[in-house]
Amino acid sequence: MHDIRIPVGPQHPALKEPESFRLALSGEKIMEASVRLGYNHRGIEKACEERTYIQDLYLIERICGICSHAHSTCFLQAVEELAGLEIPRRAAYIRSVIAELERVHSHLLWLGVAGHEVGFDTLLMYSWKDREIVLDLLAQMTGNRVNYGINTIGGVRRDISAALAREVIKGVDALEKRTRYYIEVAKEEPTLINRLSGVGVLSRQDVLSLGAVGPTARASGVGRDVRKDDPYAAYGELDFEVITDKHNDVYGRTLVRLKELLESYKIIRQALDNMPEGQLAVKAPRNIPAGEALSRYEAPRGEDVHYVKSNGTDKPDRVKVRAPTLANIQTVALMLEDRYLADMPIVVAAIDPCFSCTDRMISLKQKRQRRRVMRWEELRVYGIEWYRSRGVDFSRLNNSLKL
Amino acid sequence: MLTALFSILVFPGVVFLVAFGFIAEFYDRKLYARMQNRVGPPWFQPWADFIKLAGKESIIPEEANPGVFKFMPVLAFASVASAFLYIPLWREQALLSFNGDIIVVVYFLTIPTLAFFLGGWYSRSIYSTLGAMRSLTQLFAYEIPLLASILAAALLANTWSLGEITVFYSRHPWLWVINLPGFAIAIITLLGKLQKVPFDIPEAETEIVAGTLTEYGGKLLGLFRLMMDVEMVVCAALLSAVFLPFGLSLAAPLGFVLFLFKIFAIISVLSLLRTVFARMRLDQMINFCWKLLAPCALVQVLIDLIVKGVIAR
Repeated sequence: MHDIRIPVGPQHPALKEPESFRLALSGEKIMEASVRLGYNHRGIEKACEERTYIQDLYLIERICGICSHAHSTCFLQAVEELAGLEIPRRAAYIRSVIAELERVHSHLLWLGVAGHEVGFDTLLMYSWKDREIVLDLLAQMTGNRVNYGINTIGGVRRDISAALAREVIKGVDALEKRTRYYIEVAKEEPTLINRLSGVGVLSRQDVLSLGAVGPTARASGVGRDVRKDDPYAAYGELDFEVITDKHNDVYGRTLVRLKELLESYKIIRQALDNMPEGQLAVKAPRNIPAGEALSRYEAPRGEDVHYVKSNGTDKPDRVKVRAPTLANIQTVALMLEDRYLADMPIVVAAIDPCFSCTDRMISLKQKRQRRRVMRWEELRVYGIEWYRSRGVDFSRLNNSLKL
Repeated sequence: MLTALFSILVFPGVVFLVAFGFIAEFYDRKLYARMQNRVGPPWFQPWADFIKLAGKESIIPEEANPGVFKFMPVLAFASVASAFLYIPLWREQALLSFNGDIIVVVYFLTIPTLAFFLGGWYSRSIYSTLGAMRSLTQLFAYEIPLLASILAAALLANTWSLGEITVFYSRHPWLWVINLPGFAIAIITLLGKLQKVPFDIPEAETEIVAGTLTEYGGKLLGLFRLMMDVEMVVCAALLSAVFLPFGLSLAAPLGFVLFLFKIFAIISVLSLLRTVFARMRLDQMINFCWKLLAPCALVQVLIDLIVKGVIAR
């Protein structure tokens, strides 16, 4: 018997995207938590099958607004493997630089969100102001603050000039100073530490059995990082460390992300200093030979997996995306149990969820059930009838709108 | 009769209080924004917010008790405005005064919390109910240290009247310095009373949307927000009367400026505190108030009793 059942989502101020968490509360304590996906399914995987590879590239980039480069690079790696393309080394380095700048902006964004979730809005304002530095750098390098569009099949579309590289280094220096300040804040601010430590505990064993990825796993002492385990782009030639932490809680995840920022700055400096000369892209064929490929990429939130199956034409046969949040979302229900309601927003935020990237739909078909295909017009009529049977009449609205 | 009505309704009564409340809200928001590297609102933003809310429809939930739902903001505002009449502002005497008015003022300032509880409870929304429970739980945490620290100052003055407290401290200049620890405790607990970070637990937006205020909208929400602005001014005035009772015999314009300075100084400290802290959890707050603040307030009472004995001799 639980006293109160409280819905958090699909619409709730703690969540930036629609997602449903149902909590059974006893007083302020969460007794049971269940997570439901499926409010934001956009059918991108299916849409990819009807478009050419180069069109898919831009569609895939829009899976996520934050880690757009992660998805597009991951997809391209699979396509390039199928086409047997070897990208120029300079392109690999540019991809790595953009990837790390993206990680920086994603982690700074997360820091602000985490601050907001525990009612520390000052941290939100500070870290998002600093995030402007990296967004401006990205805009200078690629023309866009998000959805950079720098990738193309076989390489990249824009070069990084020496002058631009100096600008980037200058921005990175400023950010490094700020990051060290945040690490100091995280280690000294007592209310922040009280709110973060001991919350959302996930043991090493839980990480291994639930298959968590990214900073969530690394904060529990599991050093999973695709950049080291299966190097792609230029990571094989760059020197950096995989940050792990033994706190196992939200505090540990905060420290891991902050320290990863420092590693990212290190990578950016190295890559810009040692950038090899050469062309930006190799010519890619229009039709990709038949085959299938799986590609992995360490997105800011964890391991991103793309699967592409080609059939010899200019359109893929099947594209499958597993965003890192899908691997991490299983841990949330476990972390929420026996915690206070006040911890719920930060526990959810601590995996750095990206719900629309991870959203998927499953339909269960019964054996003798007939499959129904509805046209757009039928679907509209069905919707109007569905609402009318529940006492909401849209027909008047419909007449006036003349859809 | 007319002068009495004027002082109750216009100056330094309700009209002055409302204007002061809006100015204080602007000051608080601007300061908070500047400390967060933001631009902050223009000076008329609180007025504009209020006018906008006043022009909107008030929607009352179907399951809510309409009487209680509508009455609570009015009750809260009325009680806070009444409390203001008993507080000495820039003179040694308050508008109204009798022996025992400290208790009345503290009681009046507790009514908004009860209004939050009842308003939230009778909204029947799940978030409002949780917010209502939280505001009542929080009340039990901060009320004792706040009351104890105010009573400590009153004990030293040997009176139950705010007017006589200020008279006593004017006669014994610099004695108010003894109460400074109590002042610090009162400021911290005031954050709980005004539901500001780190004690904005009853309206923690990322957890329970807006707590009690979730179902409120339009004029009723406007009145609640006005009440919160006014409550901030009244509480600051109470603290300045009890803990900063100096310069009260100055001439009218100078004394008034000094009074404004004290109020804005207290509001600045409140803004600073809500800038630098994260929101506490309810259990952390109760532990903090009972295990740290309440004993400190009792120590303050003890200090005042000892000083009183020394003076009497």
